[in-house]
Amino acid sequence: MINIYINGQQRSILPGKTILEACKESGIHIPTFCYDERLKPEGSCRICVVELEDSHKLLPACTTEIAPEMRIATHSPLVMRMRKHLLEIMLSNHDISCLKCERAGNCLLQDYAYEYDVDIEKYRGRTRESAYLAENKFFELDQSKCISCGKCARICSQLQGNNVWAISNRGFETEVSTPFGIDMEEAGCVHCGNCVSICPVGALKPKKEHKFRAWEINEIQTTCSYCGVGCQMYLQVKDDKVVGVKPAYGKSNEGLLCVKGKFAFDFINHPQRLTTPLLRLADGELHSVSWEEALQLIADKTQEIKNTYGADAIMGLSSARVTNEENYLFMKYMRAVIGTNNLDHCARL
Amino acid sequence: MTNPLTDVKNADVIFVTGSNTTEAHPVLGSYVRQAKEKGKKLIVADPIKIPLAEIADVFLQIKPGTSLALSHGMLHIIFAEGLDDKAYIEQNTQGVEELKELVKKYTPEYTAEICGVEKADIIKAARMYAGASVSSILYCMGITQQVNGVNNVYGLSNLALASGNLGKPGSGVNPLRGQNNVQGACDMGALPDVFTAYRKVTDHNARKSFEDAWGVKLSGETGLTATEAIPAALEDKIKMFHIIGENPAVSDADSNHVKKALKKAFVVVQDIFLTETAEFADVVLPAACFAEKDGTFTNSERRVQRVRQAVAAKGQTDWQIIMQLMNLLGYKCHYDQAEDIFTEMRALTPSYAGITYGRIEENNGLCWPCPNEDHPGTPILHIEKPLKGKAEFKAVEWQPAQESLKTEYPVLLTTNRIQHHYHTRTMTAKTKAIDEYYPDCYVQINPADAATWNIANGEFVEIVSARGTVKVKAQIADSIKKGTASMPFHWPDGANVLTCAAELDPISKVPGLKLVGVSLRKI
Ligand code: SF4
Ligand code: SF4
Ligand code: FES
Repeated sequence: MINIYINGQQRSILPGKTILEACKESGIHIPTFCYDERLKPEGSCRICVVELEDSHKLLPACTTEIAPEMRIATHSPLVMRMRKHLLEIMLSNHDISCLKCERAGNCLLQDYAYEYDVDIEKYRGRTRESAYLAENKFFELDQSKCISCGKCARICSQLQGNNVWAISNRGFETEVSTPFGIDMEEAGCVHCGNCVSICPVGALKPKKEHKFRAWEINEIQTTCSYCGVGCQMYLQVKDDKVVGVKPAYGKSNEGLLCVKGKFAFDFINHPQRLTTPLLRLADGELHSVSWEEALQLIADKTQEIKNTYGADAIMGLSSARVTNEENYLFMKYMRAVIGTNNLDHCARL
Repeated sequence: MTNPLTDVKNADVIFVTGSNTTEAHPVLGSYVRQAKEKGKKLIVADPIKIPLAEIADVFLQIKPGTSLALSHGMLHIIFAEGLDDKAYIEQNTQGVEELKELVKKYTPEYTAEICGVEKADIIKAARMYAGASVSSILYCMGITQQVNGVNNVYGLSNLALASGNLGKPGSGVNPLRGQNNVQGACDMGALPDVFTAYRKVTDHNARKSFEDAWGVKLSGETGLTATEAIPAALEDKIKMFHIIGENPAVSDADSNHVKKALKKAFVVVQDIFLTETAEFADVVLPAACFAEKDGTFTNSERRVQRVRQAVAAKGQTDWQIIMQLMNLLGYKCHYDQAEDIFTEMRALTPSYAGITYGRIEENNGLCWPCPNEDHPGTPILHIEKPLKGKAEFKAVEWQPAQESLKTEYPVLLTTNRIQHHYHTRTMTAKTKAIDEYYPDCYVQINPADAATWNIANGEFVEIVSARGTVKVKAQIADSIKKGTASMPFHWPDGANVLTCAAELDPISKVPGLKLVGVSLRKI
């Protein structure tokens, strides 16, 4: 453990940690754009600057390791001025159309602009424009909202492993694009949407079927219902409809999702969902009936087959798609109520 | 799986076989890429040049159905060059002599001939796998959906046992479970021979504890598997199917034969859509989907995680439906919520006994075995030594599958999955973008074969097997080996019209979905 002082308070922290990690541990919030705990820190956005009280030096908290007896000020006047200045520069070419921006209410730039009370007009110049449009059927990139934090490119190369994005033209002209601006699919995009989920602003955004504002939704953590990885995710719900999915940090997914987890949720509210029980009548067609009627008929038929041919004439096919609770209860139903071990599910498929 | 999913990142060498990981388990596929990026080694053995093969240190493009021979060939080198972990073998295993004797004849030349790969690559793979300090094997349906699937798995566990790659971080023989809760469904005893926690129905004591808890007498006779029930229905032995959330009319081998069986029997289906299977039902009950109910799923690494209701149910949850049927059939019971069922279950299930909804919440999921409420769960199985005493090497000769020997069907067709679609597309095709990217079925063939058969990219071809015929578009792809073809299994009137349901693995009863003899011609 080494001794440091954050805003005058003494703390003992494990050596090797960064100032940002030490502050996090101590419950002190520092703004970040380009930092993500899963990615190699790049230290490019500088919004995380803190001041060393002894030298009055400004250093990025996310890339600077703590040293013994370090005295750190996280919100000194100098730090506050610097962060404000950085934000004002970021906003100088930003398309500030928050009113209709996808991320309003859930945007780090908007949050910090408010927190640091920026002067939007201070360095106002031409809004960032780009002839290059990156898109696919699931999401698109709006360069005029990009703050060049580089997280999309880094999550794609470091965690997802597809290397679709590259940050080109350093400086004011910095742009996110595929190598040589080729089509996203050609560049290896598999539509996982992890870049969309990590973008801190409204630059990378899903093409939504249902629009929603950040403050209109509830987020419920659950487990993806597709493959055996069992990714954790938040279902975003507005007016009793799932309108979006956001990755959660589960032990098996570390905040990643694939295209199915992220985008394949439209089935939930699809008009073809079954809503009433159906019964095949003499005309050979399926007709809507009441729950009572359908359940009674199944019970009667089950009993009749059991009485005539024995319980072993009935086969139950459970499902690798439904919950443990449902599998258990169906298992109990087949064994204890019907009286057969003819029970299986699609494990072999 | 013996080890957690993220644990592949701790391996020095990852051996991926019969798993197109980046397509079927995308996030795990990313972990393999991350490991590779950090300088770890990757071996891929697969009939298709899958995306991971592009970054592999050794890629063995084996003929479908030859995995066991490859394992034997690798073991031949491992024993011959003294790369085996003699101390581990001595302490933890039995039967090594018999295996050594068997693999003698699997020289690199002999194995290369069977598998259709370079012998130098077999040697390289064997040295890489056994030479590293920790190696992990990931395998999936390409290994198990074969008529010799169980033997293929023996081949892989022989490799892990011989090199001492079990029970430590970064090691293991890891079967990837295809569906979200296939692990849970097995754990819950949705199988013909076991109750929860794999306690045999034939075991008197196991039966007794369930009889006491449920207050009824239970049958001690092993039931039918799904693959056995279909022919049994055609023979009038099965009169009724009660199906929950499955679509055997598309997903099962030999669809024509499955549909005939469904037509004959009385069929009840609980599902969220009118699936191809529901079209054959006599009664269909609308079920709630995962976003509309509470409960738990158990993932591939045995981690029990929560499912939480986010929106109102469109139908009824499957457990509510079953509970009502139980009462209608005279078995009185009542559960207010899913958690009540979980509580009843864990009292009867030693491996889940220490798991509660509260603990799942606190720990962000818990891995079984978790025998009591103070237990932290078990992310890595077989620590230090195999679970049940000494592990046994299995010495089984490799044999070609019957399907690969039919001269009238000379092309070996295998089936595959694509990342965007899930199983029979019932859910994924409802997302417009997915449906637009992948609207139709296709078959992939090798460029040289395409030239010989005079087929251009995008032309329709007719594929015939002993079971049926399908017409799909051809895609010419370098990733396919000469003499083989591959078809995604997601579409109706597709791959499973061709697959064979008659020849099953004698132990697992899995059909050989990954190897079908076909003939192919331009229409
Ligand atoms: S698109 Fe978003 S994530 Fe990517 S560099 Fe721009 S702001 Fe950052
Ligand atoms: S998000 Fe993708 S990788 Fe994760 S569980 Fe769902 S289907 Fe599997
Ligand atoms: S967050 Fe530290 S430099 Fe960007």
